[in-house]
Amino acid sequence: MTTQQAAETGAIESPLVGGADPSTMNAGSIRLKSRRRLAAETILPPMVMGGIFISFWYLISYGVLDERRRFLLRPPHQVLKVGFLDWDNFSEILDGLVSSTKVAMIGLGISIMIGFFLATLMSQAKVVERAIFPFMVTLQAIPILAIVPLISFWWGTGQRSRVVVCIIISLFPIIVNTLFGLQSAERGMHDLFTLHQASRVTRLRKLMFPAALPAIFAGLRISAGLSVIGAIVGDFFFGLGDVGIGQLLRKYANNLWGEQLLAAVIMSSALGVTVFLIFGWIQNAAIGKWHDTSDSGI
Amino acid sequence: MTATTTTTTKALSFDGIGMTFPDGTEALRDVSFSVDRGEFVTVVGPSGCGKSTLLKIASGLLENTEGQVSVDRERIGYVFQDATLLHWRTIQRNVELFAELHGIGKEERRDLAKKAIDMVGLSGFENHYPKSLSGGMKMRASLARTLTLQPPVFLFDEPFGAVDEITREHLNEETQRLFQREGFAGLFITHSISEAVFMSTRVLVMSARPGRIVAEFEVPFEYPRKPGLRFDAAFAELSGQVSAELRGAHS
Repeated sequence: MTTQQAAETGAIESPLVGGADPSTMNAGSIRLKSRRRLAAETILPPMVMGGIFISFWYLISYGVLDERRRFLLRPPHQVLKVGFLDWDNFSEILDGLVSSTKVAMIGLGISIMIGFFLATLMSQAKVVERAIFPFMVTLQAIPILAIVPLISFWWGTGQRSRVVVCIIISLFPIIVNTLFGLQSAERGMHDLFTLHQASRVTRLRKLMFPAALPAIFAGLRISAGLSVIGAIVGDFFFGLGDVGIGQLLRKYANNLWGEQLLAAVIMSSALGVTVFLIFGWIQNAAIGKWHDTSDSGI
Repeated sequence: MTATTTTTTKALSFDGIGMTFPDGTEALRDVSFSVDRGEFVTVVGPSGCGKSTLLKIASGLLENTEGQVSVDRERIGYVFQDATLLHWRTIQRNVELFAELHGIGKEERRDLAKKAIDMVGLSGFENHYPKSLSGGMKMRASLARTLTLQPPVFLFDEPFGAVDEITREHLNEETQRLFQREGFAGLFITHSISEAVFMSTRVLVMSARPGRIVAEFEVPFEYPRKPGLRFDAAFAELSGQVSAELRGAHS
């Protein structure tokens, strides 16, 4: 009996094939039920938490703050009415958001290029890693406030400086995660490539880079969120050029326009979450088939 | 200290091999034996006696500090303790990997992979990713990947140590069939005496570190060996002799 015949008759198939994906064996109705249950388990907890948060918000607006001091925290329905449903106010926030998104994406794009390049370089020789890595840590440790004057000296107070802030804030997670990923391929896998005399480029392309993808995506998700923060912080500090969400926040704060301020904060946060989700979706599309991507809970 | 390409019938030979690591650990001392094509030699020995080091020296992953190795490393087959499948590749693409690294064209390597997948009984799983396969199936895929190169020398470094007993027996039988069919020179490392006697033409016993060959047993049973052989009196007697030597090697 050949191996194949044995497999066909089940003589050797059952104990070995028994480990195949058990989900394929589930009946359709059970799958549907479990999906509903899963959806309920995913959606309900944040909804309950949101409800508690809004109740607490009302409690502070009406229970803690008196009429004169209510500008400190406007109640949710007023934020909705003035910040979101008044088109003039909302379109101003949207325009600022578009400007900040552009800055964030340009900064993130440049960070990705620099980060990939440096991480790849460091993965090829320990001496290069030792030379570069301490400076990356130092760059990460510098409070952005401390170098704002320098950035404005060198790149002015417009869009370019905002992009620089984005790069400085979002670069580190890309470098660290990409480097960690490139170094994550198991020793045995490297031995395979050594046995078959694979070149450095082949090893990088066919082993190290694919093995690094889960870590790269984890870094991208963090950096994408940080780049949005960088764009807003840069705009807030420099305050010139295209009006971004940072300049609007400053304006609303200076004028004590609590409703618009909170609406702008909510929209900024929504932008960060959207970017995070988009990168999560890309990650799932790119590596979800072979990698058990952890559930972000969002 | 270097490997030379040999034209003799000895597909793999070790001559006075010694290995001392840079930290001063002596792993192997004066190991000499050879494996012809059509021979399946198994080395058993205590943990840490240098069995895996011997395979790494044969494959060129490690360089011996004493003696001479003769082997053609161009198409050497090496199956590791882990299946070492690339998680991001389907089984088909994993099995194609070695042919790909050797610059074999797409069509040809697809055919080679298909034949190898058929040979190990994994047909129908070509488009599966490793994460959805059992340990035994992953190991079969690993075997198939090595088979694509039709290696004249096949090194096995405890490949079935991590699978359950029944799966291990099935894999032993399949490996034995592949050996018969392909006629390679097989060098197998294991801790299991039963596995060693069942599959091999010869069993070598290694001493504790520094590893030396302390005993050699010819295995007289005809191929193909049936699963029932494991319960045969002659099989039990030979296993007992190997076991006694191994116990001696531990002390």
